[in-house]
Amino acid sequence: MPDALLPYSYLGVLVVILLTTLPLELYLGVRVWRRPRRLLLTIAPVVAVFLLWDLYAIDAEHWFFDPAQTTGVMLFGVLPIEELLFFVVVPIAAVMTLEAVRVVKTHWVVGDER
Amino acid sequence: MTYTQLAVLGVVVAAVLDLAVFRTRLLRRRAFWTAYAIVVFFQLLTNGWLTGRHIVTYNPDTTLTDGDAVLLGDWRILYAPVEDLLFGFAMVLLSLDLWVVWGRRGVGREPSADGPWVRRRDAQQAADAASAQNPRRARNARP
Repeated sequence: MPDALLPYSYLGVLVVILLTTLPLELYLGVRVWRRPRRLLLTIAPVVAVFLLWDLYAIDAEHWFFDPAQTTGVMLFGVLPIEELLFFVVVPIAAVMTLEAVRVVKTHWVVGDER
Repeated sequence: MTYTQLAVLGVVVAAVLDLAVFRTRLLRRRAFWTAYAIVVFFQLLTNGWLTGRHIVTYNPDTTLTDGDAVLLGDWRILYAPVEDLLFGFAMVLLSLDLWVVWGRRGVGREPSADGPWVRRRDAQQAADAASAQNPRRARNARP
């Protein structure tokens, strides 16, 4: 990998996840991005819980991040912004996957049907 | 607590929320397990990238794994510690549960899917139904 791209090693993964799931919205038509209120209400608690977990894990030295392979934008002085974005991007991808399964398997119940 | 203990706790908490608190019971639904199977495949790829390149490094004192990232073995799958699978499972289950909870309460429940793929399938199904009802007219009506 070129040195200039090294700081985006983590951020790049998140961009790839967003781009590879986008056809589910545009072609399959899952309507996840187009339900922003429901999406926001889903993501917010996940972000809160997993940010706390992350902060504890960093404090307890469960894991650490390579400063050379992250952008260097830090939250609370210790947490790369990529981690916050990870907790946003992955739930979106997961919800899109579930909705994609429902589009194909129309009779499979999830629990929010009328 | 170690990462191992926290990861197990995370899965237990998510499962209790799913089965007893939200009562969404995604753990008992085919749609969930099918979606999770797809998600976990991609999780192994992205996690492999993050761990194999040492973008994130785990402390062996807090995981089952004893040493540095290896492709497979020593409690690692595609470089990532097995605890990450539990972490990911808890996150995916919680996310999907919350999505269903809000949908159940009427937030963003409508409208349904509307992409080109769905429109093509629905048109095909309508054409099939029409042709089953009246083969000659349906055949003439086809574009």
